[in-house]
Amino acid sequence: MIALAFTLILSACSKSSSSEPDNKKSSGKLEIFSWWTGAGEEDGLKALIKLFKEKNPDIPVENAAVAGGAGTNAKAVLASRMQGNDPPATFQVHGGAELNDGWVAAGKMEPLDDLYDKEGWKDKFPKQLIDMVSKDGKIYSVPVDIHRGNVLWYNKKVFADNNLQAPKTFDEFFKVADKLKAKGITPLALGDKEPWTATMIFENILLGTLGNEDYQKLWTGDLKFDDPKVKKAAETFKKMLSYVNDDHSSRNWQDASQLVAKGDAAMNIMGDWAKGYFVNDLKLKVNEDFGWVATPGSEGQFMIITDTFGLPKGVKNAKDVKQFLSLLGSVEGQDAFNPLKGSIPARTDADESKYDEYGKQTMKEFKEAKLAPSLAHGSAAPEGFVTKANQAVNIFVTQKNVDQLIDSLNQASSELKK
Amino acid sequence: MEPKVLPSFQSGSSLAVSAKKRKKWNVDQWLSFAFILPSIIAVAVFVYGFIAWSGYVSLSNWNSLVPDLSFAGLKNYLFLFKDFRFQADLRNTLFFTLFFILAVLFMGLLLAVFLDQKIRGESLFRNIFFFPMALSFIVTGVIWQWLLNPATGVNLFLKKFGLDSLWYTSVTVIPGIQWSKIQFGIPIAVIAVVIAAAWQMTGFSVAMYLAGLRAIPEEIREAARMDGATEFQIYRKIIFPMVAPITVSVVIIMAHISLKIFDLIYAMTGPGANFVTDVPGVYMFETTFRGNYYANGAAISIIMLLSVAIFIVPYLISSRKGES
Repeated sequence: MIALAFTLILSACSKSSSSEPDNKKSSGKLEIFSWWTGAGEEDGLKALIKLFKEKNPDIPVENAAVAGGAGTNAKAVLASRMQGNDPPATFQVHGGAELNDGWVAAGKMEPLDDLYDKEGWKDKFPKQLIDMVSKDGKIYSVPVDIHRGNVLWYNKKVFADNNLQAPKTFDEFFKVADKLKAKGITPLALGDKEPWTATMIFENILLGTLGNEDYQKLWTGDLKFDDPKVKKAAETFKKMLSYVNDDHSSRNWQDASQLVAKGDAAMNIMGDWAKGYFVNDLKLKVNEDFGWVATPGSEGQFMIITDTFGLPKGVKNAKDVKQFLSLLGSVEGQDAFNPLKGSIPARTDADESKYDEYGKQTMKEFKEAKLAPSLAHGSAAPEGFVTKANQAVNIFVTQKNVDQLIDSLNQASSELKK
Repeated sequence: MEPKVLPSFQSGSSLAVSAKKRKKWNVDQWLSFAFILPSIIAVAVFVYGFIAWSGYVSLSNWNSLVPDLSFAGLKNYLFLFKDFRFQADLRNTLFFTLFFILAVLFMGLLLAVFLDQKIRGESLFRNIFFFPMALSFIVTGVIWQWLLNPATGVNLFLKKFGLDSLWYTSVTVIPGIQWSKIQFGIPIAVIAVVIAAAWQMTGFSVAMYLAGLRAIPEEIREAARMDGATEFQIYRKIIFPMVAPITVSVVIIMAHISLKIFDLIYAMTGPGANFVTDVPGVYMFETTFRGNYYANGAAISIIMLLSVAIFIVPYLISSRKGES
């Protein structure tokens, strides 16, 4: 790690003054930069690359994936490469603030409007999704997959044994939680060794309490964090935290999912990559061993996390990159990648039969639901705010001081206007 | 080469003289200078150059992806010292360093004295004690995370005996005096990291002390025994004072490890709930490379550098005095 951090510092520093792009990329290789190295996602990426090679045998491709959950290492490597004017041909970036307030605002991305026009994509992706990858009327990346963040997973056996229904509102949630607690079962599994998992719970409570419009207003600065509704959400968050496992701070999200799988805990709030973990790693059956509902109060809403790829400025083989992007955005490309990764396609006209029961239902809901960008995954707000929000949440989980949380978020909100 | 160069500096001679003397460098001296020149340049650029660059960035407004090198004064430093997380980091580093060094010194000396008793299979034990040094901190961190985890490790045994198994994730700070924003005291969870770090580094102090003990001539002990000193007295009055310089070296080497520690914490506990196990290294990595607060990150690095310098610089000065 130290060696990694050190090289990052070096490369970050070496940028110093040279601002003109030095196209030192000699090879015409199409370098695809991502953090897809885990089970499922790596298979999806390989399937995509294979498909691309079949169609474009003369373009050499390089899979430049950097390992590390949620892309934390990859993002650090990417930042230093971009600042050193050595961008990869195309790279994975979450749609929303991470793209727009990050790379687009820094002037590092090429607009892709001509590609969208050429491929006729503007009515193939949902309007709200295209807005997430656009800034000032220009489109900057191609979404390849969609994950849902506001899912409450539950152990079906535990719920059946105790004659419980999956909760849809906060009242129902706390009723169910009390009953489970009385039986000695942990109601809610949490693994916040990495604090973004707790931030996810909080953002889902915010969405469930504020509703879609007010939730979005938080990130534009039109709704202040000291609003009474935000305070109410923080109170709910505080109450919810009294139902989690004692050892939450030593667990990661997979450990928390395991608690639900084993029946030690009944519920878990996590993005739908947890489904991939349940099915691929823990060998559970969809809708048999585990079930799912939208998190309390967020039915009809879709907390969206989308992986997209764009075209950085200053790459030599821009034409090849666009060739790859047009495959990414095609039905064929999306259906090659998503069933393996366990996500759903970003296009609304993909082939449903290739997806499992959860995928089919989510695809249907994705078409109808209102989309909300995820804070924890960098879609709602710039990375600077996300880092501070994660710190505030990490302190809150222990100290449970509502005023202090609101205060920290309010202070950090100066980052939103950048 | 020194003897020929030095006089020109000593005698307060004029520039012309010193220039003349410099010209007298022979081929050998030029050659040796040419050999060390690349490393002088590399060190100047990649170590001191970048330290200066970090120092400059730490005084700038560069707190987003877009570089902004306008001068911000001490803004980033003031922010850090008011920041809950950084205050917690300083507290954790202080207690981690203190306990880690004490543990390494005590265990190292104890084991070295045992090994010095000419026991059977001494080389085997020596290797066992020294072996953890061969691991990287990341590996140590992962192993101890499994060992101490409340859900998997030795804490399951403790639970069976009715002992609290949650100390590893405890957020309690003892005695917890409120000081500025944080509770000042010893965070219980830091002890877990101290155990892992001491387990890894004790081998080093064993080796150092053992070498020190072996260097003490047997005659001195014999003489002391002849004078009627007990074994305990021999150690207290003779042996321990004689290995004292080794203690200084061990303290300095351990202090620079513990003040800069990153990988062990990153693998084992992370920042921890309420930042009870966070350290400046982890904060620096996260704020710089995740939050893109480059200037804040640079300020943390500079503070870390200065804290290490507090230990290293007096040592370097004193060892230079010792040489001359």
